[in-house]
Formats: sequence, C-alpha cells, structure tokens
Amino acid sequence: MILLVINGAPRSLDLPEDFPLLWALRDILGLMGTKFGCGIAQCGACTVHVDGVAVRACITEVGSVAGSRITTIEAMADTPIGTALQSAWLELDVVQCGYCQAGQIMSAGALLAENPAPDDVAIDAAMAGNICRCATYQRIRAAIKLASRQPQADRRHQ
Amino acid sequence: MTTISRRLFLQTGAGATGALVVGFGWSDTAAANARPMLLGNYVSIGIDGTVIVRAPNPEIGQGVKTSLPMLIAEELDVDWDRVRVEMAPNDPTRFGQQDAGGSMSIHRNYTALRRVGAAARWMLVDAAARQLNASHGEFSTAHGRVHHSSGQSFDYGELAVAASLLRPPDPKSLVLKDPAKFSIIGTSRRGVDSARIVRGEPIFGIDMTIPDMAYAVYVKAPVFGARLLRCELAAARAERGIIDVFTLKGQGDRHGLQDGIAIIASSWWYAQTARAKLEPLWDTAIGVGHDSTLYRDKAHSLLAKPGAMLEEKGDVEAALAQAAQRLTADYEVPFLAHAPLEPQNCTARVKGDSVEIWAPTQTPEEGRQLVARTLGVAPDGVVVHMRRAGGGFGRRLENDYMAEAASIARHAGVPIKLVWSREDDFAHDFYRAASYHRLRAGLDKRGRVSAFAAHGVTFAHGSEVAQAAGIEGNGFESRVVPASRLEQSLIPTIVPTGYLRAPVSNGLAFVRECFWDELALAANMDPVAFRLAALSNVGGSGGSFDAARMRAVLEAVALRSNWARTRLAKGQGMGVACYFSHSGYFAEVARVRVDADGHWQVLNVWVAGDIGSQIVNPLAARAQVEGAVMDGIGSMHAEITVVNGTAIQTNFDGFPLLRMPEAPVVDVEFVMSTAAPTGLGEPALPPVLPAVANAIHAACGARVRQLPLTAARIQAARRG
Ligand code: FES
Ligand code: FES
Repeated sequence: MILLVINGAPRSLDLPEDFPLLWALRDILGLMGTKFGCGIAQCGACTVHVDGVAVRACITEVGSVAGSRITTIEAMADTPIGTALQSAWLELDVVQCGYCQAGQIMSAGALLAENPAPDDVAIDAAMAGNICRCATYQRIRAAIKLASRQPQADRRHQ
Repeated sequence: MTTISRRLFLQTGAGATGALVVGFGWSDTAAANARPMLLGNYVSIGIDGTVIVRAPNPEIGQGVKTSLPMLIAEELDVDWDRVRVEMAPNDPTRFGQQDAGGSMSIHRNYTALRRVGAAARWMLVDAAARQLNASHGEFSTAHGRVHHSSGQSFDYGELAVAASLLRPPDPKSLVLKDPAKFSIIGTSRRGVDSARIVRGEPIFGIDMTIPDMAYAVYVKAPVFGARLLRCELAAARAERGIIDVFTLKGQGDRHGLQDGIAIIASSWWYAQTARAKLEPLWDTAIGVGHDSTLYRDKAHSLLAKPGAMLEEKGDVEAALAQAAQRLTADYEVPFLAHAPLEPQNCTARVKGDSVEIWAPTQTPEEGRQLVARTLGVAPDGVVVHMRRAGGGFGRRLENDYMAEAASIARHAGVPIKLVWSREDDFAHDFYRAASYHRLRAGLDKRGRVSAFAAHGVTFAHGSEVAQAAGIEGNGFESRVVPASRLEQSLIPTIVPTGYLRAPVSNGLAFVRECFWDELALAANMDPVAFRLAALSNVGGSGGSFDAARMRAVLEAVALRSNWARTRLAKGQGMGVACYFSHSGYFAEVARVRVDADGHWQVLNVWVAGDIGSQIVNPLAARAQVEGAVMDGIGSMHAEITVVNGTAIQTNFDGFPLLRMPEAPVVDVEFVMSTAAPTGLGEPALPPVLPAVANAIHAACGARVRQLPLTAARIQAARRG
C-alpha cells in the first residue's frame, strides 16, 4: 500500500512502487484534469505540484512521492494564485482546444509561487516544458502577467 | 433540391432546472446556402425562461461550440448570458453535415443558423400575436422578451409552450437582422467550455469513463499495413493487471481496422507495460523500398522527365525562350504528423447489435458508418457521442481508433477505453504528404513574369493520387502569368496520407511564395510592390479569386508592419508572403533574427486577413490566426522520415513543436470586405512559412528551399 496525499486528502493505493502518478490520478483516483500527452516528460500536459514544485506526473513513480503533498488542477481554485490564474485565463480567452491548459496553469502556478512578478525571460524558462499544440503561447504569457498584476506587453523583441 | 420540407420538432420533458422544456426546430432542405441541410432541434426554451442552444459541429479548439450558437442567439434576440450551450447529438437527419474540416463551419452556417434563430423568434412572436389577437408588426423582441406596442410584454419562457405548438414560418418570410443592429455577432465572447477546462473538469474524449470499463491498448505493425504472422500471448497475459490479450484481424481498409494485438487491463498503464512481453512477428517485407531518401532520389529522376500535364495555358517553352531572365529552383517539403496533444482514443460499449461510442472526432457520422461496417451491424444501432477534442488539425477526420475500440470492446465483452500512446500516434498517422517541385519562370525586360512552369512530384496509392497529396494549384500563376503550366509525377507509396490543417496549401504556399520572392529579387523589385503589380494584372473576376481583396490585405500588412521602413538590427530580416486558401485572403510579414550559427527565431508576425464582411467572434478569431501562424512556424522545424515503411520519429523529442520561448509576437488585423463570411481555422497558416523563409533570406542571404528549415541548411546555403 502506498499513501499519497492528494489535494489535501490522504489516499492509500494498492499499486507497485513504479506505477506512474499520472495513471494513478487518472485511472485509479478518477482525477482526469491531469492529462496524458507524451509519457516521456516532453509535453507538460501531466504537470502537477509535488510539495509545491511542478513535476511531470507521467514519469513520477508513486513510490517516490509517498507522503508528499500532491496538488492537481482540480484543487488549484483553492489557492489565491490558482484563482488568479484561472480568471486571467478566462479573461484573455486563452483556451483553444484546452487539452494542454491544465498543465500550463500548473506550471504557471509553480512559477508565481516562486516569483510573484516574472518577466518574459522567467516566463520562457518556466513554461518551455509545456507544449501547446494550438499555440496559445501569446495569451498564456499575457495571462501570467495579468494574474501577477503586470503590464501584458511582450517585451522580448523590442 | 427545390422541395421545401418543414417540420416542427416538439420536445417536452423535464429540463435540468426541473422546468418544462419545449423545443423548437425548423428544417429546410433548401436552405439558401452553400449546401442543403436539415435544421432541427437547435433551440429549447424552458417555461422558466432557460434558453438552450445546441452546437451542431465538433469542437476541436476552433471555437465553433461558441460561434455557431452565437449565430442562433443573435437572431433569437436573447441575451448571450442567458444561453446555455449544449453539444448536439450526432444526427445528420436533424443537424445536417456535422463535421469540422475545411474551415467550413462558418461558411456553411452563417446564414443557415441565423435563420434557425429567426424562425424560433418568429414563433415566439406568433404565439404572442395569437394571444393578444394582434399582428406581427405590432411586436418587437429584445433581451428574451416579446414586446407589444401597447407596452405589454412576455418573457420567452411564458410563450414557450404555445409557440412550440405553432407551425414554423415560411423561410422566405424571415427577415434577418441588419448587421448594424447585431449585439452578439461581432462581439467578443469567451469559449463556452473554458471555465470547465481551467478547473480540469473531465470533458475531453480521453476523460470518458463508463461503468465496468476496462482499459485497452492496441499494438499494430511497425510497418504501414504489415500483416500479423503470429504472436505468443501468454507472457503478456501473465502480467499484473491484465484482463485479456487477443489478436484481431484487419479488414484491408487503411482507414479502419488493421491487424493488431489488444491488451485489456485494469489500468491503461498495466496494458501499456505488458506490450513489452509481446514478440509479434509481422510481415514487414511490404515496407522495403519505402524510404524518404529513396523517395527523394526517385523524385529527382522524375523531375528530369516530363510529367503528366494537369494545366496548360499558352506556349510556356516559347515564352521562356523569349524571356530576358530565366530562373529555375527545386523545392521540397517533408511528410508531417498531426500530433494533436490529446492522443487518439475512444470509449466503446457493445451489446449485441447496439454500439455506443464516445470519441473526439471531426467526422462523427463517418465514424458511425465505419463502426457499423467494421462490426457488420446496422448503422441505426450505432450511436457516436462527440466529445471535446484536444486538437484535430485534420487527424480526426479519420476514425480508425473508433473501428479499433468497437472491435476490441466486442471481443473483450466489456466496455473499454482505448488510448493510443504518443508513439502509436506518431507511428499510425495519416501524414501530410511530402512533395518535390521544380519551378521555372521567365521575366521580361520590365521585370514582369512572362512564363511559369511547375512540375510537382507527389505520392500515389495504386493509380490514384494519395489522399490529400494533390499538388494542384497554379491558381494564382495561371491568372497573372501569360503562359503557364503544371505537370505532375507520382511515386507509389504505402505511407498513409491525409489532411493536415490547410491541406496542400500548407506545403505549396512555401514552394510558390518563396519562388515569387526569388522572382521579385531577380526583377530588382520590392517583394510587396512586385506582388501588387502582378495582382493588378488579373483580368476579369478571376473565378473564385478576387485580386482586389488580395491587394488590400497586402497593402494593409505592409502598412501595419512598417514594411521597407523598419530599421533592422544586424542579423535581422523581414519577409512577406500572401496566399489564398479556404476562401480567405491572407498577407503576412515576418521579422526574424538569424544567428551566426544558423539558428533562427521569428520575432514578429504581422497578419492582415480578409474572410468577408463579418467576424463572428473577434476574440476567438484572433486566437485562430495567432495559433495558425505559430503552427505554421512550428511545422518548419519538423519532419517525419520514413525508413523501410516506418516513421522513425516516435515522440515530441524527435518531432519538435513550437514552444513558449520560440513563440513570436503576432499582430492580427482583419480587413473587412463585402463578401459573405468564411472560415478561419486554416487560411492564416500557409503564408507564414514563406514569409519566414523569405525573411531568413533577407536576414542572411540564405535561400533554403527545403523544409525543415534547419540551421545546417542555412549554413550550407550561406556557403553557397
Ligand atoms: S505526458 Fe507527461 S510530459 Fe507529456
Ligand atoms: S489549447 Fe490546444 S494544446 Fe493548448
């Protein structure tokens, strides 16, 4: 039995140590917000927080996070950063297909927790691991700035 | 089709609010639009005033679950906040063609769905008129209420039951709103599902769960179309979590079920890991000789000989002989994968002859027919539920994963959710076909293009051009050049090909518009001025192509990008291109930086587009353009390489997509014209590739005529 603390609730799971967190969330616990995109830490669709740090759930073995605090997109609205990001996302109509967006918000959330006013360089660095196949990058960048109360202009290439 | 059939769809029952829900519908097989379609059951109004509008077409990120209901709500005269949008069931007899492709949703539905809203509004007014014994002219509607000139008014909910019993109006009697009075169409509305998405709610295909469901993977041949010779299953069966392992025989349909091994497990991960215990033997001989490098060699030998003549105008050889200057160039684009971020997946339940399917799809009805054929059951027994799709890009015009899921569920005897791994997705795509082009042109003494000859090599399945692998299109050149021709040669392939966002145009625009840049420079003219001059040669109406609209977007983008007046830093360049596709006119300017080592980055893209007289949802429309532009740029970095009938790129590490640091700043301007509104998912994509390649040439002098546009190719071109 492995004990995971997911969105504040303890859950004990009968899974092998090397079972990926992504599939424990999706198939065993029914938390579908965390998405499968690549399975090899290339796309960021499966991003969750482990003790506040953004990690890729597809390559995270449940045995390695036993006892850690795991936060998924389903609990992001419980934090001020999460609600700020979600409302900025809606305000700027970031979503196209939407499949990557949970992962994007999780990466952005970890960024803002560490850096409350990230500039463009910091945003590039924190978000480079999250693919958006619909390429909503311009609005994601603006939404992170809106959520952190900064002017939205992209200042990289002036 | 001139017969008009009108039917009232009456639907009563308890709505979500517990109120009586009364449905209006109206069907018209002669809808005055691009194609006939049946309309029905789009609107339900509860007695509590709840307004439900059904979105007929699949949502793949192009925003039609929002924009199509906006068309209905506008003419219904109801506040958008009061509208609840629901996904319609797949039922072409009630909703006409329900697909997502070709940027056709707005094109086909702009008038048709406004008429649905207007018909429902007419019935509400009629109900009020009957109640007050007054005539229609004495009523007006606004904000979901019918107002009589006496001052008396009714909420739509109060009229719903009476209105639902009335005959729908004669379509000809409907007067649609003056666009100047629009309060929903033309205003920015956020995606109707977005709030659920940012909270992580399970609304995608892959999120579907049904009771007693097991998880499945389906292992197919590493070589396209190879048959399964044998496979030992016992070792996989013995793995943890495995419920069943079995083989299925393909049906010889590239678009349907292929030979494979199904693994059923209590979690997708258990099924996925058990694959390693299979050692299938495939008949891979079929793949020999199907190789990107062999294809390229073959293409070059074909280009040296005459091809089949597809189009010919005037005497091209004579015109070339008389030209003051002649240019020849070879261009090439590779195979590409679609790679929507949500892998292919499908949930299926089979009980006897009744089949239920939940899937992300762009063509639900084709999927339903495919499932029926695959299982040998009547189509009436098959229901396909459209789930939100995590991207489409043309991949989900194919429903192969539905055929698999249905077959697996029937054999397994339990409902299953089939999920492809990313590796499955790259290995079993319907790829954008590679193509190889030789272009020749002559310029006269005044720098005008006097002759144009194109020879394209593409792929064939049997004797037919492979799906979506056409190279048709001297559309522009045949109009602006006095002598032109197009030849085609074919290479037989086993690689499955298909429609990728802006099919054909996504490769051809690069080929043609880079060559036009070469011609402009050879003529010693500014590339914008050169194109404007060529466009002013187009005589008559030019068929479906209107040169004046293209000139207008070119002029707009030149102004907006400060073309030819921007002082650029060292290593930077600006390039321009324009392209007409999917009824849209787009001109784009890119500003790029090329580093000493050949790496390049797009800094800005300016877009001017004309898709007609009305942008339905400006916020979402700009998003489509931003995405299309970045999608096009991303595609310049990627390729699928075929080796012995296998795609060798297996995941995003080998097939790079655009990421945040590489995303340029995209500026979008819509140029309004008087044409009927058309679609936007695709036409902004094609011109960005040549605009970027032309900017790279301007920045560093490297003319790269082959995609992907790698740093190595830039360095090689620089060395000359
Ligand atoms: S699914 Fe984990 S990074 Fe792609
Ligand atoms: S919105 Fe579609 S992948 Fe990001």
